[in-house]
Amino acid sequence: MPSAPRVAIVDYDAGNLGSVRRACQEVGINGVITADPDQIRSADKVIFPGVGSAESAVDTLHARGLFDALLDFYASGKPFLGICLGSQILLEHTDEGDKDCLGIVPGCCERFDYADRQYKVPHIGWNQIEIQRPHPMLKNVQDGDEFYFVHSYFNRPTEPHIVAMTEYGHRFCSVLARGNLFATQFHLEKSGRKGLAILDAFRDWDGTESC
Amino acid sequence: MLSKRIIACLDVRAGKLAKSIKFVDTKDIGDPVEKAAEYYEDGLDELVFYDITASSDKRDIMLDVVESVAEKIFIPFSVGGGIRSVADANRLLWAGAEKINVNSAAVGRPALIAECARAFGSQNVVLSMDILKVETNRDFPSGYEVVINGGRTPTGIDALTWALQGEEMGAGELVVNSIDADGTRAGYEINLTRMIAEAVSIPVIASGGAGKPEHLLEVLTQGKADAALVASMVHYGEYTVSGLKRWLHDKGVKVRLNH
Repeated sequence: MPSAPRVAIVDYDAGNLGSVRRACQEVGINGVITADPDQIRSADKVIFPGVGSAESAVDTLHARGLFDALLDFYASGKPFLGICLGSQILLEHTDEGDKDCLGIVPGCCERFDYADRQYKVPHIGWNQIEIQRPHPMLKNVQDGDEFYFVHSYFNRPTEPHIVAMTEYGHRFCSVLARGNLFATQFHLEKSGRKGLAILDAFRDWDGTESC
Repeated sequence: MLSKRIIACLDVRAGKLAKSIKFVDTKDIGDPVEKAAEYYEDGLDELVFYDITASSDKRDIMLDVVESVAEKIFIPFSVGGGIRSVADANRLLWAGAEKINVNSAAVGRPALIAECARAFGSQNVVLSMDILKVETNRDFPSGYEVVINGGRTPTGIDALTWALQGEEMGAGELVVNSIDADGTRAGYEINLTRMIAEAVSIPVIASGGAGKPEHLLEVLTQGKADAALVASMVHYGEYTVSGLKRWLHDKGVKVRLNH
C-alpha cells in the first residue's frame, strides 16, 4: 500500500492554520503545519492558506526562507493549493503595502474601493462563484454555489488564469489556476460542505488541469 | 451577489447554552456544541458565542466549548465576553474561533480594538455595542447611548460616535445590539440599525428583538443590516434556520440556500 501523501500547510504567522488542518482532517487529508522550507520542498502537496495583511506576510515568507521554497515547490509540478491571502501572494504584486509577491501567476492584487456604502469593505460573507472554465478541483461543486469570503483586496490575474468570478460591486476573480496551482479567494475551511468538497477534490488531485 | 447572513447567537454560561431576557434572568437551555452542530447541518451562515460566565475562573470552560465546536463545524464563528487583552483574544483564536468580539472592555479602553486589529487583522475583530434609546440632546445627538456590563451601566457615550470610532480604530464588523429590543421578540430596532449601517463602511450585524421572520426581513431591507442575529426564535425550535432562509428567499432577500 502506498504511504499517505505528505501535505504541508505553510505556517507564516498568517491566521488560524488550525481551522485549515481540521477541515483537511474532515476529508481525510493529514496536513502537517510547518514553517520548514525543506519540509515544504519535499512535501507531496502544499496548502498555502492565510488571513491578515499581505505586507507582513511577504516579509515573514522571506525571513523564514519560505518564499523560495514555495517557488521551488511550484516548479516541481506537485499539487499546490492557495487560500485567501495565500492566493493573493501568488500574483506578481499587491497594492497592500506595495509588495512584490511570488509572481507564479501574472497579474496583481488591488483594493476594493467603493464610495457607495452599499458595498462594505471588507467583503465579508457568502457569495456565489460563476465558473468560467472546468477544472478538476471543481468536480464536486457547481456554478452558483456559495462560499465564505473575508477580504479587502482582490486578485486580478491575466485572463487565461481565471477559473471563476464573483460579483461584488464589480466582477472579480475568485478562483485562479495555473498548471499545478489552484487557488481560491474564499475560505475553503469555513465554507461548510461546499468548501470541504473542494478540499476533498484536492485530496485526489494530481496537479493537472485536465478534467 | 453577496448573501445576507443569518447568525445564531449562543449565550454560554459555564459551558451551557443560556438565553437571556433583557440581559437579566438567564436560564439554561442545552449544550452549545450540540446546538451549533445542529444549526450548521441546517445551513446556518455563522455563529457567535457570548461567554456570560460570571466568574473569570470558569472561563477555561469556554475554551473547551470553542475547541469542540471547531472540530465539528466548518462555518465562521466568533466568540465574545470578557475579552480584555490581545492575550485573551489570542487564546480563543487558537482554540479555533474565527473572530473575536470585544464590547465593554473596548469602551473602557478603545485601544483594545486597535491592538487586536494589528495583531489579527481587522477582519477578525468584531465590535459589539449594547445600545439604549435616550433623549436626543447635546450629549447624545443620535438619541442612543452605549451601555456596558450587559446593559446595566450607562457610559455617557453617543452610540453613533462610538460606532464611527470603532471603525476608525480597526473593527472589521459591528454588532448593533439594542438593549431595548433584546429579549422582547417584538422586532429589531430598525431606526438604530439603519442609522449606523448608513454611517459606517464596514458590515453591520443587527441584534436584539428577533421573534418572527418578518423582523428579519425588515432589518435586512429597511434596516440595511448585512446580517441578522437570531437566538430564542431558533433555540426553542419554533423556527428552523433553513425555514427562515427559505422564507426570506421567497420574499426576495438574497440568502444562501444551497449548502
